[in-house]
Amino acid sequence: MQSFRFEPCELPPEAEALRQEVRAFLAETLPDYPAVKRAESWSGFDPDFSRKLGARGWIGMTWPTDYGGGGRSFFERYVVLEELLAAGAPVGAHWVADRQSGPLLLRYGTEEQRQRLLPPIIRGESYFGIGMSEPDSGSDLASIRTRADKVDGGWVVNGTKVWTSNAHQAHYLIALFRSDPKAEERHAGMSQFLVDLKNTEGLTVRPIRNLAGEEHFNEVVFEDAFVPDDMLVGNAGDGWKQVVSELAFERSGPERYLSSYQLIVELIREASQAPGENNAIAIGRLVARLSTLRQMSLSVAGKLQAGDDPALEASVVKDLGNTFEQSIPQIVHELSDSEPSMNGDGDFAQVQAYLTQVTPSFSLRGGTREILRGIIARGLGLR
Amino acid sequence: MSELRNILADTVDRLLTDLVERPTLETAEGGDWPQDLWHGLTDAGLTQPLVPEDQGGVGAVWGDAFEVLHAAGRHAAPVPLAETIVAGWLLSRSGMEVPQGAMSLAPVRPDERLLLTKGGTLDGAARRVPWGSQARHIVALAHADDGMRVVRIEGGGGAVEDGENMARETRSDLAFDATPVAEAAPAGDGITAETIWHLGAMVRSAQMAGALARLLTDSVAYANDRVQFGRPIGKFQAIQQQLAELAGESAAAAAAAEAAFHAADRGAAEFEIAAAKIRTGEAAGIGARIAHQVHGAIGFTYEHHLHYLTRRLWSWRSEFGSEKHWAERLGRAVAGRGADALWADVTAR
Repeated sequence: MQSFRFEPCELPPEAEALRQEVRAFLAETLPDYPAVKRAESWSGFDPDFSRKLGARGWIGMTWPTDYGGGGRSFFERYVVLEELLAAGAPVGAHWVADRQSGPLLLRYGTEEQRQRLLPPIIRGESYFGIGMSEPDSGSDLASIRTRADKVDGGWVVNGTKVWTSNAHQAHYLIALFRSDPKAEERHAGMSQFLVDLKNTEGLTVRPIRNLAGEEHFNEVVFEDAFVPDDMLVGNAGDGWKQVVSELAFERSGPERYLSSYQLIVELIREASQAPGENNAIAIGRLVARLSTLRQMSLSVAGKLQAGDDPALEASVVKDLGNTFEQSIPQIVHELSDSEPSMNGDGDFAQVQAYLTQVTPSFSLRGGTREILRGIIARGLGLR
Repeated sequence: MSELRNILADTVDRLLTDLVERPTLETAEGGDWPQDLWHGLTDAGLTQPLVPEDQGGVGAVWGDAFEVLHAAGRHAAPVPLAETIVAGWLLSRSGMEVPQGAMSLAPVRPDERLLLTKGGTLDGAARRVPWGSQARHIVALAHADDGMRVVRIEGGGGAVEDGENMARETRSDLAFDATPVAEAAPAGDGITAETIWHLGAMVRSAQMAGALARLLTDSVAYANDRVQFGRPIGKFQAIQQQLAELAGESAAAAAAAEAAFHAADRGAAEFEIAAAKIRTGEAAGIGARIAHQVHGAIGFTYEHHLHYLTRRLWSWRSEFGSEKHWAERLGRAVAGRGADALWADVTAR
C-alpha cells in the first residue's frame, strides 16, 4: 500500500527574501483593492497586473532562461504564488499559461513552439485556456468526441468544448481532440493541439454565465476550423498521456486551499480583537486546518524540487484543500445572523455573498472530489 | 530523514511489533503493568531519546521523538512512553538526573497548581495523571516563591485514586500534602507553568497520528479481504471514497503533528502545537468513524483489535486539551493580533 508521507519542508532563505519583495510589490500595486475583488482569487482577470508581474520576472519563474524564463526554484515560485493568492491579487489572465500551458509546452512542445509562445507568456502578455471538457464529457474525459481530421497541411476540427475559462479573452487554447477515428482503445487516438483563439475561422466562443452572474467560462464551438500542422503539441495519438501529466501540474498548489482565504480574514475582522467564544473556536479551527494544509502543500513543492513525482500526494492536498475552502462560507454562516449580499454594507457581507455562491465549483474544477478520491483509492491499492 | 531518525524508527517499529500483542493489550487493560514491553523499550534506549548521550540518553531531538511516538500510537503501546520522554526532557533540561523507570507528569490540567513549600515538600492536587499509580516517578512543575521548579517525586508519594480513560489506560488523581520530594531544581531554559500542557498536547498529537495511520492500513487490508456481493468490499466506490477520506485525514494528522515537533526543535512552538492538537483531534473523530463503518459489525466486537486504536483516539483527543480548548486559545491569539497579521504569522512557520 502506498503511504502518503508529507515530510516537513523548510523554505530556503532566498525564497523568504523573495517573499518580502512580493509583499512590497503588492502593497504598492494593489493599495485599497476591494475585499470582494480579492475574494475572486485566481479568477480575477487583469492584463495590466499580469504585465507588471511579468516585468518582475514572476511568470514562468522555473522555466529555462533560454526562453526568457527565470530558472528559479519551485520554492521561489511557491512563495510568489502563495503571496499573490493570500493577497487576492488578480492573477487570472496569465494563470493557466503559467501553471499548465507553459510546462506542457516545455515537456512536449516543439522547439519552434517554445521559442514563439513562451516569451510572451513570461512577459504577462499571452494568455491560455484549456479545452478538455465537452457537453457530454466531464469526469469521463476519455469519452470526448470533438474530432480533428487530417487534411493537407493541418487538421479540420469539428465539435464543442465547454467550461473553458477566459476563452473570450485568451490568445490560445490547448485542446484535446480525437485525431484517429480508427483507434479502438478508448484512451488511444487523441492528440493535443494549440488553437489560435484570435485568428481561427470556424471558431465561435460563447460566454456561459455562472450562477453568480459572472462570465468567466465559455463554450467553444469548432465548425470546420482549420488548425495547421505546426500547432500539434507532442505526438499525434499521445494526447491522453499528455493530458494526464498536465492535470498533475495543477493539483497541489496553494490555489487548492486558499480560494476562500479572504473570508477567513473578514471573519477575523468581524470578530474583533476580543472575539466571543464561538468565533474564537471557529477561527482557531480554521487556522489549524489552514496551517496544516500549507505544510502539506509545501511538502509537495519540496518533492517537486527534489525531482520526485508526488502525483498522489498532490491529489490528497487538492481533496483536503477543496473541502476546506468549500467549508468556510458554511462555517461563517453558522456563526453569524447577518445577511450576505453582493451590494451589502461592508466587506464581510460582500465577501460572504460572493464566496457562498462560487464555492460549489471548488470541488469540481481540476477533477471532482469523487474522481480525486478514486485516484487516492487506487494509490491505496483498492482498485 | 537523518540516519539516527531512521534507526530509531526501525528499532521502535520492530520492537513494538514483537512486544505489543493481543495478550499484552488485554492484560494491560486489566491493570497489569506490561513488564516485558517496558524492559524492551528501556533496553533499546527508546524511553529517553532526548536525554544527552553523556547523561545516558540517545541525544536525539523532538523531530526524532516524533518517530518513536508515532510508532507507539500505531501499535497502541499501553505504557507511558510519551509521558516518560517528556519527563526526561524536563529533568535533563533543568540539569537534573534522569532516573530509570517509567515516569509521568503533573499537573496535566491547566487549572491546577502545585506548590513547593519553603520546607521543600509538595502541596496540591493533580487529577487524571496518566499511569499515576504505576509510574516509578512523577515529574511535576511546581510553583515556588521565586519561580517555577521541576520536582521529582517517587511513585506512591501522596494519596492516589485510580481511574481510567476510555481505552482503560490508568488515569490517577494524585493529592500531595507535605509530600516529600526526591529532587527539585529551578525550571530549565524555556520551561514555564504551561510546558507540560504544551508538550503533553504535542506528544498526544503524534500518538493520534500513529493510531490514524494504523486505522488506514488495517481498514484497507480489511476492505481488500472482506468479500460481499461476490467481490472484496474495497472494490465498491462507496467504500473507496470513505477510505480515500481516511487517507487524507491520516496524512493531515501526521503533517500537523510532525510540524509541531519540528517547531519545538526550533524554539517556541505554541502555534504549531495548538494546530496539531486541533487537527489530529478532528482527524481522530473522522478516522474512527470511517474505520468502524468499513469494518462493519466485527469491528464493534471486543474480540477484534480495532477498538484498541479507536478508544485511544477518542480518549487522547480530550487529554491535554480538546480541539475546543486549543481552538479557542489559538483563535483568541489570532484575533488579538488582528486579521492583517494572520498571513505573516502562518508563513512564519
